[in-house]
Amino acid sequence: MALLNEELRIQLKGVLDQMENPVTLALFTAQADCDTCEETKSFMAELEDVGEKVVLELYDIQNDKEKADLYNVSLTPSIVLLDHEGKDNGIKFNGIPAGHEINSLITDLLEVSGAGEDFPEEVKASLANLQTPINMKVFVTLGCPHCPGAVAKAHKLALESPHITAEMIEAQTFSDLSNEYNVSSVPKIVFNDDHEMVGNQPIEQFLEMIEHLQGHHHH
Amino acid sequence: MTLELNLNLGSSFNLSKAPPLDKETLYDVLIIGGGPAGLNAALYSKRKGLAVGIIAKRMGGQVMDTSSVENYLGTSSASGEGLVQQFEDHVKGLQIPITSDVEVERIQGGRVKKVFLTNGSVYKSKTVILATGSKPRKLKVPGEETYAGKGVAYCAICDGPLFADLDVVVAGGGNSAVEAALDLSKTSSKVYLVHRSQLRADQILVDKLHETENIEVHTQTQITAVVGQGVMEGIEATHKTSGDHKRIQASGLFVEIGYDPNSDAFRSLVDLDDRGAIAIDQHNQTKEAGVFAAGDVTTVPYKQIIIAASEGAKAALSANEYIQKEY
Repeated sequence: MALLNEELRIQLKGVLDQMENPVTLALFTAQADCDTCEETKSFMAELEDVGEKVVLELYDIQNDKEKADLYNVSLTPSIVLLDHEGKDNGIKFNGIPAGHEINSLITDLLEVSGAGEDFPEEVKASLANLQTPINMKVFVTLGCPHCPGAVAKAHKLALESPHITAEMIEAQTFSDLSNEYNVSSVPKIVFNDDHEMVGNQPIEQFLEMIEHLQGHHHH
Repeated sequence: MTLELNLNLGSSFNLSKAPPLDKETLYDVLIIGGGPAGLNAALYSKRKGLAVGIIAKRMGGQVMDTSSVENYLGTSSASGEGLVQQFEDHVKGLQIPITSDVEVERIQGGRVKKVFLTNGSVYKSKTVILATGSKPRKLKVPGEETYAGKGVAYCAICDGPLFADLDVVVAGGGNSAVEAALDLSKTSSKVYLVHRSQLRADQILVDKLHETENIEVHTQTQITAVVGQGVMEGIEATHKTSGDHKRIQASGLFVEIGYDPNSDAFRSLVDLDDRGAIAIDQHNQTKEAGVFAAGDVTTVPYKQIIIAASEGAKAALSANEYIQKEY
């Protein structure tokens, strides 16, 4: 079943034509126990078809275990974005990025391709001093209009700093994980598995939390 | 899970990139807010030849959370996002500088107004238009803050799916509350609609409500507390005429009781009414000369997209007149 109709294809082409360099979508699926793997596969194939600089690579989480370990993939479906040098910048989508999440995926494709806007100098400066690894889990639902903003911000931070990884987690698909992290309002961002923030907060709030976690490390 | 795509080219990235605001420039008009009022104020200001910029927390504003709009003249049916995208494309096509995802801390009045952001940036302008809209109103009962994000929610389309097969309460009696209850009834086990007076939603929605088996309606019932242990476990409520207390066990509470103006940052600059709405005259002028306000943040009645947009236009025209006179 195609998710893109003709109108969407034209709109998306207009955006994806602005990508500077190719970006690879490394998609991990499983042969069993995966509700949305087939849909995700066909959706990503449609994106590859529309975007001249979008490359799709398909992996099986069991048969391609080495790759899955390399990119730290444990859920399916999961999409890792690789830049034109094949580098993993710590940007991942767990669950199909449909609904409103198409907006964060498209933003990411532009960003990873090099067509994004630079962070302000203050933000860059505050990220330059990072030493502790930071992982952000951004829980979303597909019907949430302000979730893509939080996902795109977390992913942009990951792109900027080698110490940051950021993953979208679709809360319905991974309901066990949502329960484990007590997700009852989205977007919910869990930092290093033990600090949390709810809502699409301004970038300063993200930076404050990241700085706070650096402080924890030093004491 | 039914799959669809909600592409929104305007808000998450810029097709026609708007330049950011400049800290050195003395603007003619700085607009605080990126909803219909702010965007239309920007359009009208630009057409008057004014140096205008937009400072917004979230482009599009609340319209973004509206699934469908059917009462905007000339547009028989659109998604909230789709409509906002047209607004934004229009404004961005005029190369109006925009700084979004930021929050205003305060505004200093005087001949040259200074807008202080929470991130430390300061911008200068001859006039300011406050168009910050409103936010979901809170119940203001014990436990609401404690369990916010732990059961208490303010966006049914966002958080509804997280309460699949659980019992939930919806607080409110207007259209948005009844629509939320109907939506939630599809995934949740049981929905309790609790409202302090009679339902005031459109009859067509109320009829649907009564036809839905897993919705239980409690009118004349005041919620007095949200209770739980770590996570929310239920609410306590009092029937207003009988005085009976009851406790409803539920994992979630969706608060849909209307909106409060986003005016806290301007409290010391302009006059607010008892709801916190900014007092303005017919020309959208606030108490502070050269500071105007438009849309849902003001005392103007009826919170509608078309009203907010037209108020934005009025505010821009008034700001233009003020500049002609004073500068």
